[in-house]
Amino acid sequence: MSDHIVKAYDRDLETLGRRIAEMGGIAEKMLAEAMDALAAFDVALAQRVVLTDPRLDALQREIEESAILTIAKRQPLAVDLRECIAAIRISGDLERVGDLAKNIAKRTVKIVGEARVPRAIIGLKSMHDVAALQLKDALDAYAQRDVERARAVWSNDVELDALEDSVFRDLLTFMMEDPRNISFCTHLLFCSKNLERIGDHTTNISETVVYLVTGESMPTERPKMRVPGLDMEQPVDPPH
Amino acid sequence: MTVMPVVKSELSTKVSVRNLDFFYGDQRALKDVTIGLHTNKVTAFIGPSGCGKSTLLRVLNRMYDLYPKQRAEGEVILDGENILDPRVDVNLLRSRVGMVFQKPTPFPMSIYENIAFGVRLYEKLSKSALDARVEEALRGAALWEEVKDILHKSGLGLSGGQQQRLCIARSVAVQPEVILFDEPCSALDPISTAKVEELIDELSQRYTIAIVTHNMQQAVRVSDFTAFMYLGEITEFGETDAVFTAPREKRTQDYITGRFG
Repeated sequence: MSDHIVKAYDRDLETLGRRIAEMGGIAEKMLAEAMDALAAFDVALAQRVVLTDPRLDALQREIEESAILTIAKRQPLAVDLRECIAAIRISGDLERVGDLAKNIAKRTVKIVGEARVPRAIIGLKSMHDVAALQLKDALDAYAQRDVERARAVWSNDVELDALEDSVFRDLLTFMMEDPRNISFCTHLLFCSKNLERIGDHTTNISETVVYLVTGESMPTERPKMRVPGLDMEQPVDPPH
Repeated sequence: MTVMPVVKSELSTKVSVRNLDFFYGDQRALKDVTIGLHTNKVTAFIGPSGCGKSTLLRVLNRMYDLYPKQRAEGEVILDGENILDPRVDVNLLRSRVGMVFQKPTPFPMSIYENIAFGVRLYEKLSKSALDARVEEALRGAALWEEVKDILHKSGLGLSGGQQQRLCIARSVAVQPEVILFDEPCSALDPISTAKVEELIDELSQRYTIAIVTHNMQQAVRVSDFTAFMYLGEITEFGETDAVFTAPREKRTQDYITGRFG
């Protein structure tokens, strides 16, 4: 992209991009550390994750403010306008990713005393592997304005959804085996939901990248590949 | 984001420019321009200085006829009639296709006469009918309330914004079908600009409008369609919403985002 006649305009937009990259780095690190802390029942690490979150929140606010200021100052059009809108949207998604990672860390602190079925965490680790890779790809797609990569992230989210279903089944089994597992496994259930939500925010980011580069919106419906009957978003039949 | 579906068949074309070339002496200022102005829609022409947008506007009511070395080739069809045909009555044409210029150009006469003068050229009206026409035109230009008690004072005594609205009233008074605006707000303050923009919006209910503007935000605000011109050619034409959020051409994008070197 060639430069603006007004150099400060370029700097404004570059700063937005740099801060998004910074947020992305922090969110990725929070997620990785939250999962490490969970796998190792490492309370100190979990607490560090919780303490990182305010930095992410502050960055999000900064990005939002400078994007709004840029809109007010320069009345951006076309790709520049999309750049500002994308920064606002992506920073919002990354802030949520941070919140969800923080929530996993908080749960780690809670369940550390009753680590009953450590093998229950294996499924969550596979979910995390997919979610982390997806997040990295979405952030790379943003940094490189790579539509193909963004579209790939968008379609790959089904994998995470499928994994969530299988984790749900595993945890259900553990709970049925021994009711004393219920509290522990319920926390893990929430963790798996958090990872699935992180996948959704990652998908949002990839949608925003497509919009940023092409000006077109992705279809509202994403491909779904859920196992019937295990979809937790489906309403439960009311008692007769 | 919802996109309003545009039913193309509902749009009729008021002015159809076909393969238009324009020359200032030997210099070719418009190159094979083909574009349609939709009935009762606002079409904005944007582009860097010297790209031919004002030239195109001046062809649409044959303003260039006043200058001997200028000539147009091609067709400009207004309701089925080629207005470039030498047999066309240019005065009648200009009553059908009115024009408002960059700088307000009131005649050095009273506010009333500024408007009545043009009407008398085309129509014989009784005093009361003429009075009514003047009031209607001034109301149409959102100026009536400000000038109704000073109609016989000089038009030159009005503020810049009022003068521009007086000029708009003048073009509306002869009941045109098309109004051409050549940077109508470039000499106006923001309040007057807002009033003129509001006016353009209202006028588009009844008239087909073409506007040349250097103010991108103004083009976004007032127009339904936007044509981007460069070096005498129309390089992009489409619905305004699309042109300003996701233009197809890189050159358009560079220009509207302030990247043109």
